Amino acid sequence: MTSLPPPGAKRLGLVIDLDICVGCHACAVNCKEWNSGGMAAPLTDLQPYGVEPDGVWFNRVHTFEAGEGATGRTVHFPRSCLHCAEPDCVTVCPTGASYKRAEDGIVLVNEDLCIGCKLCSWACPYGAREFDSDAGVMKKCTLCADRIYNEALEEVDRVPACVATCPVSARHFGDLGDPQSEVSLLVAARGGYDLMPEMGYKPTNKYLPPRPRRDQTTCGAAPVALAPVVVAEADGFLGWIDRLLSR
Amino acid sequence: MTQIDPPIARNQPIGDEVKFTTCYMCACRCGIKVHLKDGGIRFIEGNRNHPVNKGVLCAKGSAGLMQHYSPARLQKPLLRVGPRGSGEFREIEWDEALALATQWLGDIRRTDPRKLAFFTGRDQSQALTGWWASQFGTPNYAAHGGFCSVNMAAAGLYTIGGSFWEFGETDWDLTRYFLMFGVAEDHDSNPIKKGLGKLKGRGAKFVSVNPIRTGYSAIADEWIGIKPGTDGLFVMALIHELLRAERVDADYLARYTNAGWLVIDDPGAADHGLFARNDKGEPLVRDLETGEVTAFTPTVAPRLSGEALLPDGRSGVPSFTLLAARYLDPRYSPDRAATETGIPAETIRRIAAELAQAAFDAPVIIEQPWTDWAGRRHDRMVGRPVSMHAMRGISAHSNGFHTCRAIHLLQTLLGSIDTPGGFRYEPPFPRPIPPAIKPAGHAHQIQAGKPLAGPPLGFPTGPEDLLVEADGTPRRIDKAFSWEAPLAAHGLLHLVIRNAWSGDPYPIDTLFLYMANMSWNSSMNTSGVMQMLVDQDPETGDYKIPRIIYSDAYASEMVAYADLVLPDTTYLERYDCISLLDRPISNAEAAADAIRQPIVKPDRDVRPFQDVLIDLGARLGLPGLVKPDGSPRYPGFYPDYIVNHERKPGFGLLAGWRGAKGEDHGTGPINPGQLDAYIDNECFWRAHIPEEALYFKHSNRAYLDWAVKMGFLDKAEPVTLQVYSEPLQRFRLAAQGHGKVQPPDEHRARVERYFDPLPFWYPPFEETDVGPDAFPLSALTQRPMAMYHSWGSQNAWLRQIHGENRLHLHRGLGQELGIADDDWIYVISNHGRIKVQAKLMEGVNRDTVWTWNAIGKQRGAWNLAPGAKESERGFLMNHLINDLLPARDGGYRYANADPVTGQAAWYDLRVRIEKAPAEDEVSEPRAPMLALPPGLPERPSVLRYGVKFRGLK
Repeated sequence: MTSLPPPGAKRLGLVIDLDICVGCHACAVNCKEWNSGGMAAPLTDLQPYGVEPDGVWFNRVHTFEAGEGATGRTVHFPRSCLHCAEPDCVTVCPTGASYKRAEDGIVLVNEDLCIGCKLCSWACPYGAREFDSDAGVMKKCTLCADRIYNEALEEVDRVPACVATCPVSARHFGDLGDPQSEVSLLVAARGGYDLMPEMGYKPTNKYLPPRPRRDQTTCGAAPVALAPVVVAEADGFLGWIDRLLSR
Repeated sequence: MTQIDPPIARNQPIGDEVKFTTCYMCACRCGIKVHLKDGGIRFIEGNRNHPVNKGVLCAKGSAGLMQHYSPARLQKPLLRVGPRGSGEFREIEWDEALALATQWLGDIRRTDPRKLAFFTGRDQSQALTGWWASQFGTPNYAAHGGFCSVNMAAAGLYTIGGSFWEFGETDWDLTRYFLMFGVAEDHDSNPIKKGLGKLKGRGAKFVSVNPIRTGYSAIADEWIGIKPGTDGLFVMALIHELLRAERVDADYLARYTNAGWLVIDDPGAADHGLFARNDKGEPLVRDLETGEVTAFTPTVAPRLSGEALLPDGRSGVPSFTLLAARYLDPRYSPDRAATETGIPAETIRRIAAELAQAAFDAPVIIEQPWTDWAGRRHDRMVGRPVSMHAMRGISAHSNGFHTCRAIHLLQTLLGSIDTPGGFRYEPPFPRPIPPAIKPAGHAHQIQAGKPLAGPPLGFPTGPEDLLVEADGTPRRIDKAFSWEAPLAAHGLLHLVIRNAWSGDPYPIDTLFLYMANMSWNSSMNTSGVMQMLVDQDPETGDYKIPRIIYSDAYASEMVAYADLVLPDTTYLERYDCISLLDRPISNAEAAADAIRQPIVKPDRDVRPFQDVLIDLGARLGLPGLVKPDGSPRYPGFYPDYIVNHERKPGFGLLAGWRGAKGEDHGTGPINPGQLDAYIDNECFWRAHIPEEALYFKHSNRAYLDWAVKMGFLDKAEPVTLQVYSEPLQRFRLAAQGHGKVQPPDEHRARVERYFDPLPFWYPPFEETDVGPDAFPLSALTQRPMAMYHSWGSQNAWLRQIHGENRLHLHRGLGQELGIADDDWIYVISNHGRIKVQAKLMEGVNRDTVWTWNAIGKQRGAWNLAPGAKESERGFLMNHLINDLLPARDGGYRYANADPVTGQAAWYDLRVRIEKAPAEDEVSEPRAPMLALPPGLPERPSVLRYGVKFRGLK
């Protein structure tokens, strides 16, 4: 089994804003595109034009509904590796292929060591591991390690592909180990939360909950209706409109 | 086991070359940056500097390389050898293909140019294709706007001189209340997403009016699950509330709109309901100060109420008075609207109150002095931070024109059009209302062997502009600009095949289509259209539509129905021009246009369609396409045309880097190096609007002057918003018997009713026709964000996201009918029946069902494997939608369309659902299996795309 490095100060990860994710799949496809030529390439597609195409994706978006009636909502939920602080997907690995980096907390797979036993995918409660049956190895989100440290890219581009491409800016990248980082402050301000904290894996990625909605259930102090003024008037129909005019 | 930590790339360029171009994965036209490596496409990302997407890229754009490398790409020109529709072709050389097309088209042009019907689909080169049709001499040209969004374009252009999407946008940075109607992914993609992210981050309120709570509606503060086709009534009830409370912007209305213009009140007279004008043609108003009737000039503040005595002794009333009377009527009260819209009256009242509060209680003020058209200096810009956006859910109904006009009316009453925080024009808009372009196609404008004397599409302002014979018979094959669709500014793509097939109003010889999947998802009545395409005269054996030429890059369903196939390139293999003469990509702060450049060379024997069109034009000797000696005028084909073609001196397809050295912008002499200048500037051009000119563009002197300088306007005259539409009244007067150009009697009542100068609401036609009992449900299709119509279905990545579709229905309805997830059901309309699988959901109007658009594919098309889920479980709603309405008195069947614009009313669909037997778990109807066109590559069983690019381990 593979041991974890001592906990590091730096914990790179993503913050995903469920208040504004519209479920467009931009992150999922741009991730697929980047990583198709990246350090874990290819993200093999089986029967791509066949009866049931089935490919490797590091990031998938799920859409579901929660609640009923006036309080019901449609949720778009992007899902990828959470780069947990205490990931069983690493500790169950019999070869050391699955590992967590000490310097930034990113969880990666060393394909040269992977024997394709899939124990890690059984261990991950988030379903974030993707087996490439063509290559016979497990693959997963690399947090775009080949972008974020890549000095051949402009500095502004040294973020994961999913973050760079998100049209609504629902995805943020940074060091969640630093309480003063922009992402940590965002998590603090918006009540960012862990997915399934009861599992004890201490995920690095955080999700921001939807902001309170201002609708019929919460309109509060807003006026509920306009007071009617227009009535038959002595000075003629609609004289009011001309009184509104500035002279 | 301890970890082994392999090194990570720390200085690895993405590829060995970067090229900029413009995306074509949908109509949004984002700037993209394409990284090439070892001759292959390594990565496509959004261009951060580009005005449309500012660096982001959607799912479609990121899947562009799969589109480019699709095994469905056509390889070589094809000539039909089997029966039409069988998909049996032989490959031919380009010389043979072009000679054949030249012969067919040349024969037509020498005899009757109208016998060519040239229709394009999601064409982004309409500045060329429309002009080419004119040069050929046929009026029978249009793109797909009649199917898609002409209600939006026409209603906007006849009301405010701009419209949603290409013509305007929300002030995303400043708006505080945003009302969105009927928008899925359509129009426009990334700017809306970017805008919503900003708007929600600022805490502005976002209300989505949509029967379905998906996509954008999912993140709205408030989702209003309205009954389809009733949005107009909802909007008019909001107007009712605002008027009752005197919460409208009177100054804005008086200054910038025709609310004060006096309407002649003389029932029965030939000019009743038109504006009273002086002998110079200037509209008359009643001066607020003096009470005198006078011309609407810069110094006059008009009254908006009361009657006036006109100089000719008759009576006139400000149009606002008519407007107020219309919407103050109890017909438009929230209580009445609640019944039909399904929105509680208290919700309507509350939304009206919130709109008024947002607009008037906390105006947005920009400390920027400006001068209006009348010379009035304003110290600051005061805005009404309420904005709206609407698209297909409004557009694709038979009441869409009036509904869209009502939305613009609401924005105008709130004084928010082009004010800070409101709806903003994108140059070259605003334009005169309507733009001063009339459609050509009158008898005297068409001559054998000659160009058409004008453009085929335009904006009629009265009956004399209609393209009809003396007896009222339509002159265009699609009946655009006839009494059946007078303001058909985008033509009627959806009627071409039926009319050509039935020879009504006349038979044609050749149907020439580009990028329009007319045998499948781009038609209503798909099964019927497939029959019309193959129908033969029983006596002669000739096809009813004698010849069909089709250009497409892919083996789409329509390919099988062509006699001659001209294979196009992918969007990464060509030059293109995103011209201000076509659908602009400007935003509210800057005018912009763009090009595509070839990123890679085609590896097949294919040619860009625009090159082929220019080549054909030269072979046909079309005047604009040959030199006086008969040689081709544009031997360098489309790139040559983009640079060297001018509409008038100084006005070309691209506005950037004109002049011999690229020193001119907007207009200027031809610059032979123009394309290089674009390529050096990331393939787009942008001209910022001066600060003083950024708002009130319809009336802002600095903007009007700038627009003239840029060539967007002929004169620096204000664009006065037309809350009351005089052109509509002219048609109504004709229907009442006035004027020389008269509708045939059978159309009279219809024209009179629907050409109301003020927006009104009526139920969508189909509901009225089929009744609520037999077909109690509305049925809609919407485009998923990750897929753009049929193009996405052959895309290896996108089809993993949307490979099959379901009919979504409300959980309560499912329970009532005993339907559970994945059950097979019949969906039945008055026109047909399909068999599909169900999916229950919560967030949908109780009486509405819906599905994703164009996921379903015909078996054998797009080089998908037999048994592909797109054809086994995917389906197309279009089979249920009739292209005609039921017969009226006298037996005539109108198009299933808006009576003003001819916009296809495919959202009017009414259905019922029944459980279907579970055997044969495949969707129906089962269209025949298409043969694969020759030459297509084998489908790979494993795709390891990118493995060769793999970098450092």
